[in-house]
Amino acid sequence: MTALLRTEGITKAYGGVQALNGAAITVEEGTVAGLIGPNGSGKTTLFNVITGYARPDAGQVWFRDRAITGYAPEKVFAVGIGRTFQLTRIFPRLTVIENMLVAAQATDRPKNLLAWFGRDAWTQHRRRAMELLAFVGIERHAELLAGSLSYGQRKLLELAYVLVADPAVVLLDEPAGGVNPTLINHIADRIRLLNREQGKTFLLVEHNMEFVMGLCSTITVLESGADVVSGPPDIVRTDKRVLDAYLGVDLAEEDAP
Amino acid sequence: MSGTRRRETPLVTVGGASKGGGLLALAVAAVLFPLVFSNPGITNYGVLTMIFVTAATGWNIFSGNTGYISLGQAVFYGSGAYAMGIAARDWHVEGTQVFALLPLSGAVGALIAVPFGLVALRVRRHTFIVITLAVFFIFQLMAYNFWFTGGSSGLGSPFLSWPPVSYNRSFYYIALAFAAGSVLIAWLVRRSRFGLQLRAIRDDEDRARGLGVKAMRVKLSAFVISGAITAMIGAVWFYYLNQVEPQTGFNPLFDLTLVLMAFLGGYGSVSGPVLGALLIEPLTLWLNTQPAISGSVSEIVLGAIFLVVVLFLPRGIVPTGGELITKLRTRGRPAVVPATDIGPAAGSAPPSPRPGSSVSSGGAR
Repeated sequence: MTALLRTEGITKAYGGVQALNGAAITVEEGTVAGLIGPNGSGKTTLFNVITGYARPDAGQVWFRDRAITGYAPEKVFAVGIGRTFQLTRIFPRLTVIENMLVAAQATDRPKNLLAWFGRDAWTQHRRRAMELLAFVGIERHAELLAGSLSYGQRKLLELAYVLVADPAVVLLDEPAGGVNPTLINHIADRIRLLNREQGKTFLLVEHNMEFVMGLCSTITVLESGADVVSGPPDIVRTDKRVLDAYLGVDLAEEDAP
Repeated sequence: MSGTRRRETPLVTVGGASKGGGLLALAVAAVLFPLVFSNPGITNYGVLTMIFVTAATGWNIFSGNTGYISLGQAVFYGSGAYAMGIAARDWHVEGTQVFALLPLSGAVGALIAVPFGLVALRVRRHTFIVITLAVFFIFQLMAYNFWFTGGSSGLGSPFLSWPPVSYNRSFYYIALAFAAGSVLIAWLVRRSRFGLQLRAIRDDEDRARGLGVKAMRVKLSAFVISGAITAMIGAVWFYYLNQVEPQTGFNPLFDLTLVLMAFLGGYGSVSGPVLGALLIEPLTLWLNTQPAISGSVSEIVLGAIFLVVVLFLPRGIVPTGGELITKLRTRGRPAVVPATDIGPAAGSAPPSPRPGSSVSSGGAR
């Protein structure tokens, strides 16, 4: 069976900095996959390459059996890959529910000009948008401007509005970054639930090792733009190369109270 | 009208009713205006103000929604005027038949907006503004130098043999119709999925693209609509004044005035630019006709207003006023619940909307 998402030999240089150097990653359908590595190891760059925000110098991105290398971001999304950003990016001057509808309506094509200007499509998507807001727990704020949400609520909104178009795989860039422990658990719980009940596929970048180890069934370790190890958490945790390289240091830091 | 939007109903409904009433009163006043004031000197104010209501609304449909500040609307305004003038001259169109050329002017505006937009919309913010200005000057130069534009003396329009009172009144109603039409279009855009995508682009274009918004296509569509409206009202203006010259058709002050109107009223909202035009245009006309002061005083006054608006009312009258009203209604009740309060978590994941949908099946698009 072909993997849902796969990259092979991705290289990308910014000036003299080799951000990616042959990075390969495979995400099987229905799994939660993790991507870890020290700062500057190319995790976010790899996300950008996959989602069309950066063009690789070499290598291929495969979605099922389709090469999507170099697709524009809107096309990558239409194919079925949604993503969130490291520092959340919501639409601050739209209301929360309007934020949700951006993704919803971008995916289905209006049948004619009237539908393009009409409101029907909104009501059709609204119910699902509200369900998802309730699912992440911010439905009470639906009519507020998204810019008035707290950072944690923005994280939840970003997770929800990516899901609204029902992408086949969701790429999460540090979903637990900068939020309090309660919220981290809440987010982990939501991801787990979506994965178990719907078989939703995730690929996440995260520095919080507890979060990654508890959630992911496969973890790929990136270092200096190349994948070092890939496997289940237990294997990765004990891999000598990983420990030697940096994970031991990183883990100790992360686990410190 | 789903239940969720109307949940805090009473206030919203009262607001909606008074809004509707205000709108009706405004419409009645606008229709009665030239009947009450038949003096051509005053109806002249009315005609030019309605022309600017239309132009400012046309600007707002693109720039107000997307946040791409265009200073090149005069490209459409002048081109619309010239298109009507050239067509009337070369095809020997006369009298009221000249009005039949309005759609042609609109089409010319739309046609120009396509290459203009394809070039300018590749860049953002300040660079976009500079490019619109550059295109504007190219068009002014072309109007001066092409063989078919009449050079620096410009073009005259065919003559309309209407007496002054009904002349102004007729043009007032034509301009009013365009103003109403453009406001209707602005309102339709605002509440549509199209408008939502425009405003998403305004807030964060790259993020919007990552959520499937075909940014270039959406921006260009708005630019074309804006260009067509501006070109048509430019043609009305031309036929009203019987004259267009390169420096009046392609007038740099035209764009600055539009931006001032939109900023003063509150750009992005439908009513903001309308309000701005209703305030600014009569003021400008009045200042220009005061014998005691020289012609450039109005420009100084407009500049001063611009400074005051940018410094003290950066979001404009309508949004700021709306916020004040909301504040009064909610009486300082905090709108945001702290982050830790994430609400009762739903027990299970909401079902996928469409199993095997076009999205997840990787539909070829």
